[in-house]
Parts: sequence; C-alpha cells; structure tokens
Amino acid sequence: MACLLEAPLRISVLSEVTATSRHYVDRLFDPDPQKVLQGVIDMKNAVIGNNKQKANLIVLGAVPRLLYLLQQSSSSPELRTECAVVLGSLAMGTENNIKSLVDCHIIPALLQGLLCPDLIFIEACLRCLRTVFISPVTPVQLLYTDPTVIPHLMSLLSRSQRTQEYITQIFSHCCKTPEHQTVLFSHGAIQNIAPLLIYHSYKVRMQALKCFSVLAYENTQVSMTLVNVLVEGELLSQVFVRMMQRDQPIEMQLTAAKCLTYMCRAGAIRTDDSCVVLKALPCLVRMCSKEHLLEERVEGAETLAYLMEPDVELQRIASTTDHLVAMLADYFKYPSSVSAINDIKRLDHDLKHAHELRQAAFKLYASLGSNDEDIRKKITETENMMDRIVSGLSESSIKVRLAAVRCLHSLSRSVQQLRTSFHDHAVWKPLMKLLQNAPDEVLVMASSTLCNLLLEFSPSKEPILESGVIELLCGLTQSDSPALRVNGIWALMNMAFQADQKVKVEIVRSLGTEQLFRLLSDPDSNVLMKTLGLLRNLLSTRTHIDQIMSSHGKQIMQAVTLILEAEHSIEVKEQTLCILANIADGNAAKELIMTNDDMLQKIKHYMGHSNVKLQLAATFCISNLIWNEEDVQAVVNSDCAHKGSQERQDKLREMGFVDVLHKLTQASDPNLCDRAKTAMQQYLA
Amino acid sequence: AASERPPQPIRSADNAPTTNKRSRLAECLWLVANKPILPQTRVVAMSGQSSGCGFLMSVVVHGDSALNEQEKELNQRLRRLYPAVNETETPLPRSWSPKDKFSYIGLSQNNLRVHYKGHGKTPKDAASVRATHPIPAACGVYYFEVKIISKGRDGYMGIGLSAQGVNMNRLPGWDKHSYGYHGDDGHSFCSSGTGQPYGPTFTTGDVIGCCVNLINNTCFYTKNGHSLGERFVSSLHPNLYPTVGLQTPGEVVDANFGQHPFVFDIEDYMREWRTKIQAQIDRCPIGEREGEWQSMIQKMVASYLVHHSYCATAEAFAKSTDQAVHEELASIKNRQKIQKLVLSGRMGEAIETTQQLYPNLLERNPDLLFMLKVRQFIEMVNGTDSEVRCLGGRSPKSQDSYPGSPRPFSSPSHKASSSQPHPPGFDSNCCNGVTSNKSHSSSPHSHKPCPPTSGSAPPASDVSLNGSHSQQPITSDVDMEVDHFTNGVTESSSNGFLNGSSKHAAEPEDCDADMEVESTQSKRQLCGGSQAAIERMIHFGRELQSMSEHLRRECGKNSANKKMLKDAFSLLAYSDPWSSPVGYQLDAIQREPVCSTLNSAILETHNLPKQPPLAQAVGQAAQCLAIMARTGSGSCAFASVDDYLH
Repeated sequence: MACLLEAPLRISVLSEVTATSRHYVDRLFDPDPQKVLQGVIDMKNAVIGNNKQKANLIVLGAVPRLLYLLQQSSSSPELRTECAVVLGSLAMGTENNIKSLVDCHIIPALLQGLLCPDLIFIEACLRCLRTVFISPVTPVQLLYTDPTVIPHLMSLLSRSQRTQEYITQIFSHCCKTPEHQTVLFSHGAIQNIAPLLIYHSYKVRMQALKCFSVLAYENTQVSMTLVNVLVEGELLSQVFVRMMQRDQPIEMQLTAAKCLTYMCRAGAIRTDDSCVVLKALPCLVRMCSKEHLLEERVEGAETLAYLMEPDVELQRIASTTDHLVAMLADYFKYPSSVSAINDIKRLDHDLKHAHELRQAAFKLYASLGSNDEDIRKKITETENMMDRIVSGLSESSIKVRLAAVRCLHSLSRSVQQLRTSFHDHAVWKPLMKLLQNAPDEVLVMASSTLCNLLLEFSPSKEPILESGVIELLCGLTQSDSPALRVNGIWALMNMAFQADQKVKVEIVRSLGTEQLFRLLSDPDSNVLMKTLGLLRNLLSTRTHIDQIMSSHGKQIMQAVTLILEAEHSIEVKEQTLCILANIADGNAAKELIMTNDDMLQKIKHYMGHSNVKLQLAATFCISNLIWNEEDVQAVVNSDCAHKGSQERQDKLREMGFVDVLHKLTQASDPNLCDRAKTAMQQYLA
Repeated sequence: AASERPPQPIRSADNAPTTNKRSRLAECLWLVANKPILPQTRVVAMSGQSSGCGFLMSVVVHGDSALNEQEKELNQRLRRLYPAVNETETPLPRSWSPKDKFSYIGLSQNNLRVHYKGHGKTPKDAASVRATHPIPAACGVYYFEVKIISKGRDGYMGIGLSAQGVNMNRLPGWDKHSYGYHGDDGHSFCSSGTGQPYGPTFTTGDVIGCCVNLINNTCFYTKNGHSLGERFVSSLHPNLYPTVGLQTPGEVVDANFGQHPFVFDIEDYMREWRTKIQAQIDRCPIGEREGEWQSMIQKMVASYLVHHSYCATAEAFAKSTDQAVHEELASIKNRQKIQKLVLSGRMGEAIETTQQLYPNLLERNPDLLFMLKVRQFIEMVNGTDSEVRCLGGRSPKSQDSYPGSPRPFSSPSHKASSSQPHPPGFDSNCCNGVTSNKSHSSSPHSHKPCPPTSGSAPPASDVSLNGSHSQQPITSDVDMEVDHFTNGVTESSSNGFLNGSSKHAAEPEDCDADMEVESTQSKRQLCGGSQAAIERMIHFGRELQSMSEHLRRECGKNSANKKMLKDAFSLLAYSDPWSSPVGYQLDAIQREPVCSTLNSAILETHNLPKQPPLAQAVGQAAQCLAIMARTGSGSCAFASVDDYLH
C-alpha cells in the first residue's frame, strides 16, 4: 500500500493488459469442450516466456479453473494434458507464481493425475510437479504427506525417459532429511534408480546420480547398501569412478565424487580405498582450480573438506596434490580488482560468490590442518593467511565467520602457531569480540579455540585474561548447550593451570561455588571431567590449596564424597582421587581428610581396587598425608609440621594403612610398587 | 629377378619353419619367375629352408618369453597412449641410453635400472642419464615414472627432462634446457641452480612421475599417483629426453616407460586434453558467408559420389541439392561396372571391359595393366577370377562376394543393384590415395589371415611390413599423381603416419565378415580346387613373368612391379596360401587400391580429377597433422582425422 499515489496509473495499465488476459480465462468457461480445449492451447502459446502474462492469468483466477478441468474425469485426455502443460508453464515463471500455484493445491491435484493411465498426461503432470518441487519456495514435505505417492512414483520410473528424468529430479530435490532418505530407500529407490546411471540420456544419468548423492549423505544404511549394488555387473563405486573421468562434464564428475565422499564418510568405503584416494580426492582437488566456475569451486572445496575431515592420511595427500594450499589462496581474491573495472556483470557475479568462496576455503583449510603440524605450518605461511582469518572473524556473513573460526580452531591445535602467528596477529581480539554476541554454532567453535589460546604456553593468555574473559566463560558454563558448557569449563580449567593466586580466586569468585557444584552433577560426563580438572588445577601449590580449602573446604569435600559414592567412570573417580591427593598436599587442608574417617575408609577401599589407576591415585593421596614435612624446605615451623606428620602416621597405622601399603609394595605394577615403597619410607624416616 | 637376399626363416604360431610345407609347385613357379621352366607336378613337401622366396619380413625370435611379454605389453601401451606418434620417424623412449650418461651411472635390467657408482662427496659428483630417444611432439602429453628402489646415502635424486647435450655431470634442472624434481628437498629446478619449493620430498619406495604437456607447455610431477601441480615452462625445449640424476652412493631407481601400468592415471589426464582439443576444433569458426559452408560440403559429397560411381545416389543427391553433375551418366555407369568387377575379384572380365570401353587406356599405361594382371593372378589363386571359375572350380561362396561395407572408410561396395541407395557421405566410401593407404596399414592388424606374424612381431618389423607392402601398389599411383598435385596430398598416401592411428577396433560388422572368411578358409583350395584351373593359373603366371620382363626391357627397372610380382608368386610357396604370411593379398580388401587406381586412371582420360576433393581434403588434413608433429605442435596428438570419419 506504499505506492498508493501511483494507483490510478497502475490500474489503467493493468486494465489494458488484463483485458486480453481475461479473454483467455473467459474461454475456459465456454460450454463447448472443443472451444475450451482451443482456449487452453491458445493460453499455452500466450504464456510461453511471458512472465507478465503468467502473473496476470494467475491473478485472474485461471489456476483453479485449469485445475478443475484437469481433475474432471469428463475432460478429454487432450484437454487434461494441455491444462497440465499450461500449469507447468505458469510454474516456470517467478517464485510468486509457484507460491500461488501451491496455494491453489496444485500438488495434490497433479499427484492425483499421475494415477491416470495416459502416459502423455502423466508426463505433463510430472513435468509441472518437477518445476514446482525444484523451487526453493515449495515445502518438500508435500511430497510425503500421502504415503502412496512415493511407491507410485517408483512404479512410474520405468514408463519413459521423461518420467525417469522428472521423477529423479523430484527425488533429488525433495530428499532433505534422514526421514526422507528412509522413505525413498524403503520404497526401493536404489534398485529402481541404479539402472538409470548407465542410461543413454545424459539428463537422466545426471539426475539419477544426484539422487544417490542426496540419499547417501550421512546415511549409513543407504551407503552400506550402495557399495554392494551392481549395475550391469559393475560395482556402483566403479560406475562413479567412470563418471569422474576427466572428459566427463564437470557437473557429473563433481556429483560422482560427492557420492563416493558420502559413502566413505558413512563408513561404507574405506578412506584408503583407491576409488577415494586416487579418484575422488584428486577429482575434488581439481574442482578447486581456477579454471572452473565459482559454484563448482565452492562445492568442490566443501566436499573435499568433508571427505578428509576425519582422516589425516587424506589430509596429507590433499595438502601436496596440485598445490591445493596455494590454490585456495585464490578464493580470497574475489571480486578481483580487474573485474571491478571492466565488467559490471562479472563484478556482480563475483560479489555474489565471494562469501561462499571464502567460507569454502576456510572450511577446507580447517579440514586440512586439523591433524598434521606440517600442513598447519604450510597454511599459516600462505600469503596473508592470518590476516584473512582475522578479517574473516568479523565479516558480516555468519557462514564466513563460522568457517573462519573453524579454521582458526584447527590451526590453534599447533603449539608453534599459538606461540608465533597467533600472537603476532592478536587473533584473540576478534575472537573475543566474536564471543560477545554470536549464534551457538559460532560460539562453540570460538570458545573451543579460546581453550587452546588459554593454554599456559600461549602468549595470548595474558591479554585475554585482562580482557575480562573469566566472566564470559563462567557465563558459557550456564549455557543449555553441553558443548558450550564443556568449552567454558575447559577454558577455565586451562586458565587455572599453574595460574596466579589472583586468577584462581577470581575464577572461584566469578563462577561461584553453587555453579561449580551444579557442574559437578552435570549430566554430560565431559563437563564433569573438565570441572574436576578445574578443581584439580585450582588446588595446586600448597598455599593455594590451603586458601581455597579454608573458604570452600566443606563443599568441596562434600562434592568429592558424592562423586566417589556415585556411579561414575574410572576416569572420573581417578580425577576425583587426584583432587583428594592435592588436598592432602595442603598444610591445613590435610586435616579435612584426616578428620574424616569415612573419607579415609574410602581411600583405603580404592587402594585395594582392581583398577591400577585408582590404586595409584589413592596411594598418592595417602602418601601425601603421611609425608614427613622435614623434606620440604619451605616449611617454616618444621617442629609443628613434624609433630603433625607423626600424628597422622600413627592414626593411619591404626586404621591399617601400613598393611595395605605393605601389600602394595609387592604389586606387579612398577609405578604403584614404587609409590607404596616411598610412602613406607616415610614411616621409617 | 633373382632373389637378392638369403631366405628368411618364417615363423608361424604352430609350425616351425621346417614344417611349413612348401609345395613343389611353389618351386616351379619360383623357377618360372627366375628362369627355366619345369614341368609341373604336384609333389608335396620340400624343406622350406632350401630356396628363397620373396618374403621380406624378418621376425625376431626372443629366447626369453617373459621379456617378450613385457615388450609386447610395452608396445601395446605405447601405441594406446601415443597413437599419433609415427615411430619410424620419431621413436619413443623405451629405456635409458647406455651411451648418453655420465660415467658414475650404472645401468642394468635392460637399461631400466639406474644406480650410482661414483664417490658422491660433493655436488660435483652428480651424474645423470638420458633416455634413448627424445619425446616426440606427437605424443601431445608424455609421461614416465621412476620408482625409488633405494635412496642410498643422502637421497639426492632428481627426476625430470633435459635436452641433448646438457652436461651429464649434473642433476636434471640445474642447467639450461634441463628440468627436474629433487627428492632431498622436494624442490623443482627449472634450468637453474636454485630450486623453487614445489612438492614433498621423496624417498625409498616412492614412485615419482614426470608428465610433459606439449600442448600448453607445462610439466608436472606426480608422487605415488598424485599430481603435485602444474608448472608452466615458458620455453620448453622441443626435443627433451626423460632424464634421471643421482648423487650419492647406494641410490638406485627403476624407470617405467610403459613397461608396466602407471601408478598415476595418465590416460585420464589425456582424456581431458583430448576433449579440450576436440572442443576447440568443434568451436572453430567456419565460413563467414551464410550457406557457403553448406554448398561447399554438398559439392564435395556430390563429387565424391560421382567419383566412385554411385550413380543413382549421385543423381538423387545432385537433384535434391540443385547441383550439376560434370560427368555423363553413362560414363559413370561404365566405371561402376568395371569397379564392380574388380571388387568382386573378376579381374579378367574387368580388364576386358576396360579395354572395350576405354581402348588405349591400358596400352598407354603398361604399369597399370601389369598391376591388374598381377591382381588377376592373385584372384586366380583365390579361385575367384572368371577364367578359373569357368573351369569348374568349386569356390566357397564368401570368396566371390565382397563383404558388404566392411569398414567405415573403405571402398565402395557395389551391391548387385546399383540403384540401391547408398548411405551418402562418409558412411561407406573410398578415396584412392588415402584409403588405399589405410587399408594397407590396417590389414595386417585386423584383416590379416595370417595371425602368427602379428602376434610375435615387434612393431618395428610390423611397420616395415606395412611399408614395404603397401608402398608398392601406390608407388605407381604417386608417380602419376605428382604431375597434378604437388601440394603434398599424394605424400599422404605414402603410408606411415596413419599407420598406428587406424582403427584397430573393427566394427562388429567387420568382425563378422572376418570370422566368416576365417571359417571358410579351412575349406579353401588353390584355384578353387580344379586341376585345370591350376594349370591355367600356372600358365598365366608364366605370361605374367614374360610380361614383366618385357616391361623391364621397354621401360627400365621398376622395383615396385618386381616386388608386386614376387609377392604374388610367393602365395604358391605355401600349401595354404590364405594362412601364409603373404596371404593378406588374397583378402578382398586388397582389391580396393587396385580398383581406385584403375578408376583414377579412367577419370584422368576424361580430364576429371583422379581424386575426389573430399579425399584431397582428408589427405590434406592428415598431412597437416604430420607437419604439426614434425614442428612440435602437440595438439596434433588429439586431432586424428579418423575420429572425424565416421
């Protein structure tokens, strides 16, 4: 209604145009069926390639009438077919056309039409359905609402080349979720479509191939079935390999490589299989080269990143193939300065794809560098790489930001890079900014990267600390997302490792004991482990232990008791016993254990546990309790301390720990045996 | 015409030379050809070694069958990879050269293994070896691989290319016209002592490949089957040799010039380039003015149809495309009649008809007449010539019926009724120079009734067989053509470059025809089995002999004629001529060159071109490709004329 002022003009133009259009619609209502047919045919000729005419006819209500004629069993087959053709033509127009058609319930009407025995009519319906379904505005779910539709489409596949082309195209566009995959799979999509891969028509082969790529994506069941499918005696993977030959159209090479990639990632093909190592991977690397279209380069890079993500060997091979690492640097050069001056159309094209290219390149770099230190080095040494990541972190496109942070995360696994390029380029700054306000998926990556930046050898640790990161991380530990909670607590844990007293206090204060204990009962075991790790790091050096225990001792002892009593994995219990051992190392804190007979009994129990790791941790704890302080230079009041250790030794002897230790000196595990012997020596001292 | 060279042992698959029986009859004819005439009696079996025959092919017999196998595989692979290379002109590298190497290099295992035998103290001790031959440009894309057997002390190994004359006391890449990829640092060296960071390092167990693209002047290396990335070489020297260099003791590498399957899929890379070149050809702009292109093609097709006397088709085509035919219909029909006779093996009648319709033609062309007569003799042996057939010889049916359009680009196969429309254009056609060449070159491969030679003969001798035999009927052809065409088209018919590129994969139809012939062969008998016919044949042979002597006296020596006669007579040296090494002459396909030569001669008397423009165009295109190959333009590798002739 914003253009109210222009209304009179518009109406006059519209009335002129609609007068002729209305005539077409009026003829659809003629009582003479022959005249109706002629009217539809004339309409068909009028709308071809004329978007304005299409819009007019839709506005004038041609669609419901056409649908009515199409569905009427009294209509002649010819008329019904022509109606479907006109509808198909209308669908070829703008997205708004499609929306109007879908709103008129065109899909159920056309699906119903497929039950008709007339092949020409079926083909016209399928063609229209195809056009509607490949549009992004059509909800794909509409294909699955009637459960009889998919089996019927399967049965129509063998009817003609057109039905094959249209149906496979519908399938490849409408298979978006695991549920869709399952529906198509369970109705025999694989058996029905596989023979089409060697069909003489390129269009059919291509659409069939696309079907397999969407069916296999992240679907183990489909992928496992696919590897055993034979097409005229040839394994499907070999058919795909042939489709990747370098004289095939790029689209076909790329999609075949995708199929193999998805089958490989779903575990159906080994990563060292020659069809992956020598065919799919080199094919995808080729797709990244300059000579291909921007879209192909994006798709190639993304698929390649996905293919080699979990396999270091593939990463190594790709990193040396066709100078991939250097080739990717070109992805950042759009829009190129040349195109900006010469060609507006090209500039527009470049601009449109620039984001996609950048994010694809970041993804691929992330995948390449996720395991191998040499590759990471190669990546960071690529021209302006760190600058590109830094600017990528603050790009407007979320996709680019996410990919950039993924790339940064991958590179942050390198000790050397953390110490050098990461610090030189102050990557922590944009990273911190990103963490302030970003969607969860970005936050997960960013906080994970932050964990690495907070490792004690990272020179970025100091400036990050000063930027108020603790509050931020404590906030993350309260997130609903387990991944974010893990990353938050993990970062805190790293931060607390060998940290100053000040930092530790700040962490405890900021996190709050309440939250700390909530995390200790977190349903996610990763969160629990990292929280225990944090506790253990907080309770290092003697003065820190005493200080923290003096203020939070009670709660901590409580939490420890709870964990040791509950059902937990060995790793969790071991970590908890280590915390106890740290507490036992404190001067004053020791007493919290010594005065807790129940706890001592527990320790005794774990010393006799079947798991050596737990035995070792428990023995460590006892060893700290009975330690003769005179060995320690830092003790000021040795007299007092000595007295204390004597008392503790006596008590522990009474409780039977000496016998246990004695037994452990005979243990088969050398570490445990040594630890027990050292502890026993304390008694002799 | 005494035998000039000692008899060659003839090897066949199942028969040792001594057991390949020569009939007494052969002896007779041989003597006929050589002087005294003896009465003919059929006494079977005499030692094949005892007297000479005209068979010129030499067969190398390898003692080591495994080696033989490897060589066979190598030849097959090289032919498949580089079909456009004419190895008689530019042989492909097959091993390292024992002559073109530094003294610190040792060779073993058929000159494929290279080891270092110097001190290896400093870079001054580096040593290289080049392959026996440079890379021919007609390869388009060339590739070889080297496997590192041992990296030795330091693994200072370089793999690459260098031109003739580049110092061998160096690693490849250090000097001008030298390129290499080095194992110790993974750098690539392009005519410079300092390398560029290129790829990973390589060591024991790795397979390193080197690929030269002679189309866009790039080269790239591969490691264990993975391409490491293209390097543009601004001025690639035209004649580069595969080269490998070593520098420290213990370094050992093995080359693979095609002896084994390559680890890297080079054929896939070549496929891409073939597609690129062909797309370039397809996109090539034609004719500025509207319709010009079309009318030119129509003219070519029409003239072609007329040339080969497809009169009904030519008439219909001319009518529908609105063109004039420059020859009278009757004349076309006459030529058609003669051609039909030649192609069905009825040479006697063909000669007679020619003499009737074109008096003086054969008188003026004694060489042509001689050629026709020799063919007649062969057809007599075959049992197809009218003179022997009327003598009651029972001849297998397939012998007198010419197999219907046996190959995509071959002579016209005139069916009984000439008014039957023929597929116009290229489907079944012939043009004399080029086709005859083609049929010659391919016949030993696909049409050969004598399998033993093809199996065991190395291609070199195969080629020479091609050359020596096919040249012969054409030589006269060339002599005649030279007057009219000096543009090199005729040269195209002199065999050779089309050699390897002819379609070995015969069409299914072709195979059928072949098999049919094979199966009837076992029943075949000399001259159709009639004693009278044999006598007539022997008599004819003598006439031929005297005609040859007469010709020599009149016109001087003619080695082509001499050889033609010798080959024909050699047929009688075998109890089963069809499966003998010279048996290819009996193949119906051999009638084609004779037919087209005669046709051209007739046309010449009418002042019409002896070659249809279409054939000239094809010949010219082929010739262009040959020139491209010689001038180092690699794209000729992927533009075979044959690819466009079906």
